[in-house]
Amino acid sequence: MSEPALSFLDRPNSYIGRSVPRPNARRLVQGRGAYVDDLRLPRMAHVAFLRSPRAHARIVRIDTAAAKAAPGVVAVVTGEDLAGICKPWVAVLSHFKGLRSPPQHPLAIGWLRWAGEPFCAVVAASRAEAEDAVALIDAELEPLPVAVDMEAALAPGATVIHPELGDNLAFERTLDVGDVDAAFRTAAAVVEQTFHVGRHTGVTLEPRALVAEWNPGEEKLTIHHSFQAPHMMQDIVCKHLGLPEASVRVVCGDVGGSFGIKVHIYPDEMATVALAKLLARPVKFVADRLESFVSDIHARDHRVKGRMAVDAAGAILGIEIDDLTGIGPYSVYPRTSAVEANQVVNLVGGPYRHANYRARARVVFQNKTPMCQYRAVGHPIAVMVTEGLVDLAAAAIGMDPAELRRRNVIADDAHPSTAASGIRFEKLSHQRSLEKLLAMMDYDALRREQAALRARGIHRGIGLAAFIEITNPSAAFYGVGGARISSQDGCTLRLNPQGGVVAAIGVTEQGQGTEAVIAQVVATAVGVPLSDVRVVTGDTDATPYGGGTWACRAAGIGGEAAWQSGKALRRNILEAAAVMLQTNAASLDVRDGSIVDADSGAERMKLSEFGRVAYFRPDTLPAGLAPELVVTRHYVPKDYPFAFTNGVQASYVEVDTDTGFVTLIKHWCVEDCGTVINPQLVDEQIRGGIVQGIGAALFEECRYDGQGQMLNGNMADYLVPMAAEMPDIDVAHVVTPTASSEIGAKGAGEAGTAGAPAAVINAINDALRPLGARVDSQPAGPQAILRALGKV
Amino acid sequence: MSAGPDNARVVTLTVNGERVSRRVAARAHLVDFLRDTLDLTGTHVGCEHGVCGACTVRVDGMAVRGCLMLAVQADGAVVETVEGLTDRGAIADLQEAFLARNALQCGFCTPGMLITIAELLEREAAPSRAAIREAISGNYCRCTGYQAIVDAVERTLAARAGRAT
Ligand code: FES
Ligand code: FES
Repeated sequence: MSEPALSFLDRPNSYIGRSVPRPNARRLVQGRGAYVDDLRLPRMAHVAFLRSPRAHARIVRIDTAAAKAAPGVVAVVTGEDLAGICKPWVAVLSHFKGLRSPPQHPLAIGWLRWAGEPFCAVVAASRAEAEDAVALIDAELEPLPVAVDMEAALAPGATVIHPELGDNLAFERTLDVGDVDAAFRTAAAVVEQTFHVGRHTGVTLEPRALVAEWNPGEEKLTIHHSFQAPHMMQDIVCKHLGLPEASVRVVCGDVGGSFGIKVHIYPDEMATVALAKLLARPVKFVADRLESFVSDIHARDHRVKGRMAVDAAGAILGIEIDDLTGIGPYSVYPRTSAVEANQVVNLVGGPYRHANYRARARVVFQNKTPMCQYRAVGHPIAVMVTEGLVDLAAAAIGMDPAELRRRNVIADDAHPSTAASGIRFEKLSHQRSLEKLLAMMDYDALRREQAALRARGIHRGIGLAAFIEITNPSAAFYGVGGARISSQDGCTLRLNPQGGVVAAIGVTEQGQGTEAVIAQVVATAVGVPLSDVRVVTGDTDATPYGGGTWACRAAGIGGEAAWQSGKALRRNILEAAAVMLQTNAASLDVRDGSIVDADSGAERMKLSEFGRVAYFRPDTLPAGLAPELVVTRHYVPKDYPFAFTNGVQASYVEVDTDTGFVTLIKHWCVEDCGTVINPQLVDEQIRGGIVQGIGAALFEECRYDGQGQMLNGNMADYLVPMAAEMPDIDVAHVVTPTASSEIGAKGAGEAGTAGAPAAVINAINDALRPLGARVDSQPAGPQAILRALGKV
Repeated sequence: MSAGPDNARVVTLTVNGERVSRRVAARAHLVDFLRDTLDLTGTHVGCEHGVCGACTVRVDGMAVRGCLMLAVQADGAVVETVEGLTDRGAIADLQEAFLARNALQCGFCTPGMLITIAELLEREAAPSRAAIREAISGNYCRCTGYQAIVDAVERTLAARAGRAT
C-alpha cells in the first residue's frame, strides 16, 4: 500500500512545530509530583554516610560499636562489608587509548582520596538517627600528603595518588594537523592567551536520591532513582551485584533536575543498592546539600593555553592549544572523565575554516571531588578559548569582531565538511545564524550606543560567541569504547479500545519536555488528538531498551523512534480498517481520532469504534484478519557519529569599574537544532542553558584550599544565578533539519550552556579593553575584574 | 504543648484548613513535619539551610522557609502548602499561566516559587519585571533561567487587572 502522507509537514492536524503545553506538568504545579524522596515504602530504612574529612588519608582503624548501639540503627557497614556484595568498577573506555583509573569500591577500603569520599554507612529507622549514629563512628585516619593543584600534581616529586600507576597522569591526547609552525610563521598577527575555567557543579535543586528494595521472595531488586539513564543503571547493577537483568528494575519517576549530574555511577548510590540487598528491605538515600557539594560530580576545571594565527585580512591560519584538566582521584564510571578534555580537542576552532591545528590535552588525578560530564561537556571551554582568541585576533589587526567571524565561519554551502580536528558536519548554518543574530540585536546601533556611553564614562561591552554542539550521539560516543550505554532507542505504541494511544519509550524526562515532544510526534504520526496520547518513560520493566536522556538525544533519537512507530501503527490500523470498510487502505487516513476518507476527510469510523471491534468483537472480523495494534520501532543514527548543531550568542554588559560588578543588560541567541518540534520548549531549554552558562561565567566555582578542602560547599557560599541578576534572553532559530532522520530534529539542551560563558567573558573584555585590562578566568567575579583593573 | 520522651512535643495547628495534632521531635523542622508526618510532599527540600526557597510554605499568611522553622514553633499556627492553595483554587490562574508559558521544567522549585509569587500577587497590583525578579530572587530555579516565570507572573497580573476593571 502507499503511504497516505509521508512527511509530518503534510500531516493534517500536525502537532509538530507547535508550542503545546506539557501534558505531564500539571501535577507538578499542584504539588503532586513523585520525586524519589516523596516515596514511602513498608519497612523503609534510611542511610547516611561517613565521608572522609581529609583529601588524602590511610584508614588505620574503624570502631563502629557505639554507632551500632545507637537508637534506631539497623546496620553499620564499612567498605569490606560491602565488597562481597558489590564488585568494584574501573572507569576506562577502549577508544581513549591509555586512559587509566584504579578500581573503585562503593565504600572506600584502606585509603581515602578526596574529602567527601564515603567509607562507612549507617542504616537506621530515620535519616536523623542514621546521622546521629554516623557521628559515633570512631575512625582513626593517618593523614597523607595531597596532590591538589593539577599542575603541581604532574610535577616531579608530586604525591602519587595511586602508587601502582606510577604518576598522576590519567590520559593524554595529542593531535597535529596541517603545518601549524608554518601557519604561525607566516601570520600577520599571532595572539596568545591562557584561559582558566573554574571547577563548578550541577546543583540540581533536587539532590541525588534513590530508594533500593530487594525482595528475596521474587528475587527482584527495584531501584527508584533520580536518574537520566535507567537501562544503564540496570546493566551496571546487574554486572556489579551479579544479578540477571530480569531481577533488576530501575524506575525513574519525577527527576528534579539533572544536567548530566544524574547519569553517573556514584559510590554512595551503589552502596545503597548493596545495602538493600544485604538487609532485604527498602533503603532510601537522599543526599543532603552539604554532601551533594562534595560528592556530586564536579565539572570543568581546565587550564588552556591557546594561540591563534591570522593573516592581514583576518583569515584564521592556525590554532594551537594545550589543555590541562584535573579530574579528582578516579575517572568516573562508566563514561569516564576523559571525555571533556577529548571534546575540547575536538571542538576548539569548530565554527571556523582553518587547516592547521595542534592540540594536547592532559587529564590529571588529584585529591578533589571526582570530575565528569556536566551539561555541554567540553563545549563551554572550547568556545571560551576559540572565541577569546578570535576577539584578540580581531583587536590585533584592528578589525571588528563580528566582521572577523563573518570572514571565517564555515560557509553554509560548504557542507558536508570536516573540521581540522576530524569531526564531520552534515550541514550547518553559521552564516545565516550570524547575520540573523546581528540583525536581531541591531549590532551597529549597539556599537554606537556603546561609544556614546563610553564618552560619558560608562563602560559597556558587546561579546559574541559562535559555537557548534554535539547532539544525537551514535555508538561512537560510548558504545565503541566498550561502555554498555545504549545509543539506540525504541518506542512501543499501543492503541487502546477507546482510541487512545500509550507510548512507552526509552528516552527519559527530567523537565525538558521529553514526554510532551514524544506525545506530539505520536499524535501527529498516528492521527489522534494530543490529549489521547499517554507517554510512559523511565521504567526498565515497561519501556523498550534505550539510552535515556543525555547529550541532547531525546528529541532527535527518541522523537524519530516515536515517529517511525506511529507511522507503523497507523498503517496497521488502516490495513484492518480497509478490510472492515471494504475499501483499500490507501484511500483512508487517521485524523483527529477518526478513520477518514483520505481525499474528502469524511469520517468513516471513529477509532473508538475500531478499537471496540478489534478488541471485543474480533469474531466479527473476516477470518485471517488479526490487527496488530501494538508496534515497536527503534532508531539509531548511523550515517554520522553525531548530529552537530550550530549557533551564535551575544551578550551586552555594563562593568562598574569601581566595584567590579557586571550588569547583564541583554543576551541573544540564534541557534539551529534542525526541525523544532515544540518551539516554546526549545526556547526554554536554550534560556535555561544560557543561565547555567552565565553562572559559570560570573558566579559558580568550587573553591578549594591547598589541603584539598572545598571551602564553599553550601548553597549560601556557592553562588548560582538568581532571578534578579539575570537578563531577558532573546532566542531565534535557523532551521536546518538533519537528513539522518525523517523528523530532522537535532538536540537543543546544551547549546545555551555551550556559548553563554564565552559571550559574557568577551563582553566584559570588550568593556575593559580601552582600560587596558582583561579577564581570562571563569568565574569573572568583581574581585577578578578589580584585580584586572589594578584596583586590588 | 506538652513534653514527652525524646524531647517530643505535641503540636496542634491548622494545615490546609484541617486541624491536626501530632507528636513531633523538638528538632524536627516544619518542612520535615509537613512532608514526613503529614505526607504533604508537595513542599520540597533543596538545601536545608534557608537559601534555595524550595521549602517555602505559608505560616499565618506569610511566606516562610520550612527548613528554618521548627515544627514546634508552628504550634497554634495556620499553615498552608501548595496542596492547600491548589485545593481552594487560590492560585489556579497562576498555575495555568505557569503551564501555558512553560515556567517550570523539572518542577522541583515550583511549589516554593508559587507560594512566594502568591504573596507578591496579594501585595502588589502592578510590579515591574525587575520587581518580580527581585521578589523571586530568594527562590532558586536551576532549570528555567527565570524568564518564563517572570512572564507567567506578568500574564497572571494582566489577567487579574483585566478582571478587576
Ligand atoms: S530547603 Fe529551605 S531554603 Fe532550601
Ligand atoms: S524547574 Fe527545575 S529547579 Fe526550577
